[in-house]
Order: sequence, then C-alpha cells, then structure tokens
Amino acid sequence: MSKEIIKIQDLKREFTMGTETVHALKGISFSIQEGEFVTIMGSSGSGKSTMLNILGCLDQPTSGVYEIDGVSMKDLSRNELATIRNEKIGFIFQSYNLLARTSAIENVELPLLYNSKVTTEERRERAIKALEMVGLGERLHHTPSQLSGGQQQRVAIARSLVNNPVMILADEATGNLDTRTSYEIMSLFQELNKKGITITFVTHEPDIATFSSRTVVLKDGEIMQDYKNHNIQSAAAELAKLPKQED
Amino acid sequence: MRLLNLFKIATKAIILNKTRTLLTMLGIIIGVASVIAMLAIGEGSKESIRTTISAMGSNMITIQPGADSRGPARGSGGDVQTLTLANYETIKEQSNLISYITPVVNGSGQVINGSNNWPSSIYGVNPEYLDIKVVGLQSGSMFTEAEVKSASKVVVIGQTVVDNVFPDGQEAVGQMIRFNNIPFKVIGVLEEKGENTFGQDQDDVVIAPYTTVQKRILAIDHLNQIVASAISEDDAPDAVTQVSEILRSEHKLLDNEEDDFSVRSMEELISTFSSTSEMLTILLVAVASISLLIGGIGIMNIMYVSVKERTKEIGLRMAVGGKGSDILMQFLIEAILISITGGILGVLLGLGATVFIEKFLNWPTSVALYSIVISFAVCAVTGIFFGWYPARKASALDPITALRYE
Repeated sequence: MSKEIIKIQDLKREFTMGTETVHALKGISFSIQEGEFVTIMGSSGSGKSTMLNILGCLDQPTSGVYEIDGVSMKDLSRNELATIRNEKIGFIFQSYNLLARTSAIENVELPLLYNSKVTTEERRERAIKALEMVGLGERLHHTPSQLSGGQQQRVAIARSLVNNPVMILADEATGNLDTRTSYEIMSLFQELNKKGITITFVTHEPDIATFSSRTVVLKDGEIMQDYKNHNIQSAAAELAKLPKQED
Repeated sequence: MRLLNLFKIATKAIILNKTRTLLTMLGIIIGVASVIAMLAIGEGSKESIRTTISAMGSNMITIQPGADSRGPARGSGGDVQTLTLANYETIKEQSNLISYITPVVNGSGQVINGSNNWPSSIYGVNPEYLDIKVVGLQSGSMFTEAEVKSASKVVVIGQTVVDNVFPDGQEAVGQMIRFNNIPFKVIGVLEEKGENTFGQDQDDVVIAPYTTVQKRILAIDHLNQIVASAISEDDAPDAVTQVSEILRSEHKLLDNEEDDFSVRSMEELISTFSSTSEMLTILLVAVASISLLIGGIGIMNIMYVSVKERTKEIGLRMAVGGKGSDILMQFLIEAILISITGGILGVLLGLGATVFIEKFLNWPTSVALYSIVISFAVCAVTGIFFGWYPARKASALDPITALRYE
C-alpha cells in the first residue's frame, strides 16, 4: 500500500462575482498516491485552473478537505501556505517563468533561497544535481536567453525538483513547445516518474494524457472520469517515431 | 541567513539594472552633494565672519555719540558731540567690567613723505588701543601715556601706509612724515592684519595720541568714539549695560528720554552678521533638501515601476515559497541600497564640490561632520520611506494573479 500524497474530499470552491456566486468546483473527491503520474484534463471553464491553484496551495477551498502529505490546508495563513509550497511542491509553468538574465543554476537555486535551513554550499550542490538530472549539467551558467525553449523548461523542471517536493505540479508544461520538444519533455517526466517522483500534470491536450498513469477529467466543476491508464505510451518511443529533423 | 539571501537577491536585481539604478541614484547623489556643499559654504562664511570679528577684539565695546543708528534712519551720529573726555574718565573710573578703554578721535588726510603721498585715516587714541584691538607692533614701539599728556607729534602707522610713503623699502621707524602738513615722527609699525570681512584694509591707518589729533589736526574737544574692552567675552553684555547706565547718569537723562549715545559689543555685531549668513544657509539647505526630496520621489517612482514590471517574477517567488515579508524586504532592501549607495556617492561628490569651491572660487568653506551624518541618515530614511509603499504593494500581490500577469 503506497502512501497517500493528496487527499481531497468534497472539495468546493466558490467565487463571488458581484452579486452572483460562481461554483468553480462543486464537491470533488479524489486522492493521489505516491509515485503516480496523474493528468488532470478539462476544457476551459471546467474548474481545472481552480483545481490547480488549490493543489498548488496558492488558493484555499471554500469547503471540504484538502490534505497534502498529511497536512490539512484548512485555515492556514498566507505565510504557512508559502512554507508548504516551498517544502512540498515543485511548480512548472507553461511559460517557464525563469528569471531573465539570471543563470540556470541561480534560477534553480531560487526555491532554496527561501528556505533558511539550507546552507549556501548545500544549495549549490542540490541545484547542480537537479540540473544534471534534467540533462543540463553542461549549461549551469547559461542564462535563459542562451537556452532553447525545451532547455528553459528543463531548467524549470530542475527548479521544481531542487527542494525534493512530495509532488511536482505542472501547468500546461508543454503548451509552448513544438511536438518534438514536448515529447522530449514528456519523456523526461516519465523518467522522473520512474524514479518515484509523483507528478500531477494539468493540461487540455488529450495526447499528453496517454503518457500518464492516470487521468482525471473535469467538466463544469465536477469529475467526469477518473481512470487508470493501462496502456501507457512511452514518450521516448513516440519521439523516435517522429521524422528525423533536418539540421 | 534569510536576510542575507534577500540581500543577495536585492543586490542582484540592482546589478541587473545598472543604468536604471544609476539614473535613480542620480537624484539622491545630487541632493546629498548639494546639501553638503551648501552647508559647507554656509558654515564657512559664518566661521570666517566670526574669525574676522574676533580678530578685531571679540570683547570690544564701542561707544558712539548719538542714538542707536541701527534701524530707521535717525541722522548720522558723526555730527553729534555728546561724548566728551569727561565721559571717558567717568567710565574708566566707575566701570568694573572694563579692562582697557581709550577715547577715539579720527579724521582723514594726506600722509606725505618727500614726494610720496597717500590718503589715509588718522586715529587719535591712548596706548591701550592696541590691547583693545588685539594688534601688536612689527617694529618700533607704541607711544606712551606721557607722550599722550604732552600731545607729542609721534605716530604708529600700518603696513599699507608704509608701503605707499616709503616705497623704496626704507626702515620707517625713526623717519619723519607729515600728516595734513603737520610733521610726525614714526615710532612704530603695526602688525599686518590684511582686509577684514567687509573689505576694509585694516593696515591703512595712522595712530597718534588722541590729544595730538584733537588739538593739532581736528581742533575739537569732543570725542568721536570711546572704545573699550570688557574683562572677558562673557562679561561684554553686562559691560554694555553698565556703561549705558554710567553714561545716562552722566548725561543726566530722564527715564523717558532716549539714550543720546549707543553702546555696542562685538557679540552683537557677530550675531547680526551670523544671523544673515544663517538665513542664507537655511535658504540654501532648503533648496538642496528639495532636490533630495525629489531624489526620494525618483526612487519611489522607479521602485513602483519595478514592482509592476516584475509582477510575474514576484508571483513566481511567491509560488516557490517566498512569503509576503520576504518580498517586502527584498524591495525595501533594494530601495535602501539604492539610496545609501547614492548617499555615499553624494557625500563624495559634495566633498569634491566643496574642495572645488574653496580652491577655484576662493569661498571660505567648512564641512561640518554633522552635515555628512545628517544627509546620510536622511538617505537611509528616504530609502525606507519611499521604498515602503512600492514594497508593500509587491508583498500584498496575490500569487495567482501575479503569475498570470502579462
């Protein structure tokens, strides 16, 4: 029996827009086990972004239970949420969100700067290790403008790994990339997942879901489908099938 | 540890925006530099006035005939003949706050030595005059009390007079000169004092016994002035009051009558001139402070723009665990760093400007340590004050909104 990383029960999130109340999430329940690779799918308006914000501890539910790694989100202050994000979650964004004119290694070090338990030497060591894991061991001192889109996203992935999070949360992480590079990135995610890292991938692209072990489909604030993927595609194999690039 | 990290982050941001940072600093630099330079000029002129006046004898008291001529015009005191030798003697006898006192009669005329002549002023005084004016002799000697009594035709002259009537560099002492056609023997030469603050050449004088000047040159028996020195600078104000009282009773003035003389101490003169220069200093510093204020607003403006521009970065920092207080500190440290670095550069520039003013414009300057300390403190406070609002704004951002900001 593997460990339960995420536990969500009857989760609701409402927004008040003027006099109207928008029910973005209408009572959702599911859990994520350690080592799973979950895609959360849904079109716009499905509540996907709201789900992502809550999973990422950027937002709090109106009601219901949300526990990450055994810690309940209920009634936590802004600062406590920040600490949870810092220690338990690794974020990856569609537009990479790297600091401009700042080297790869310094970008990766960023989350650790906000953790006073990590010393300067340890920070550097862990950043180098994370960059080596994503295959950028040779480009530690390149700035984002000197890296391709795929490489920038790898730096972002390294940044999400550096704090040893319980879960990586990716938001349309391949949305800005061409097919080839997306497959490269997906294959990296699969590799990381094989090493036991839990990944939650929020997307609206159905083919991304085929690379994951489980898919949760949201529609109008409710779960439409939640199924295990028994036929996981290998991103590396898909990549090999693509026509050779003309250099 | 965390503060050190935030410090690193802030420094990094400053270095990444070198040009912008430098331009922002410029306001502070100019502000601080001008405050320091202006204060240096103000302090310098105040000090130079004080030195000049003190050199004239800081505990000197001047008694003039006629009512106080300060303020609205009341006619010149020169024609009034209310001071007499008897007044001088009474003051000398009755006042216990006065150490030296001399009657003064003065006039102007031509100093002649052979074919050289020079227009100058003659002062008829007694030997105590030198003690009052705090001036010594570079050669020869002062006339004596006996020579005063006998109205001897002896003079002590200043260097300017020497230069003009003895142009060949002869020894002046022992020579005969004529003042308004009356022959005098030069018995001494005064030490050089140069110009005073008011541009008056203090070496262009001829000093003779007052009896001689009264009888042989001016043919008067009243006095133009009585000059005295108080036993100390602190006693000068009391001495002024005492002398006034002595003179009032001597002149038999009723309570409702105004003084027909005026008594003034150097202290009053100093305060009059100091207050003028102080006003000027305040004005200069006020103008300089405005530029410092504008510098501060410049910082606020840039920090504000910087927060807007880096909204996404702030969102990211929050997403990876930066707390509101971390973001606040980061921007505050940035603002303080800019203002303090600007302050240091400003102090250096101000000191440079002061040296320049002193060297090339020949204005007296004096850099007060307090001006450096104050402008530095003002800089730090400026940074905190003007950095606070934008920093606060940054820290209050909602991470979700900030992350989506384009």
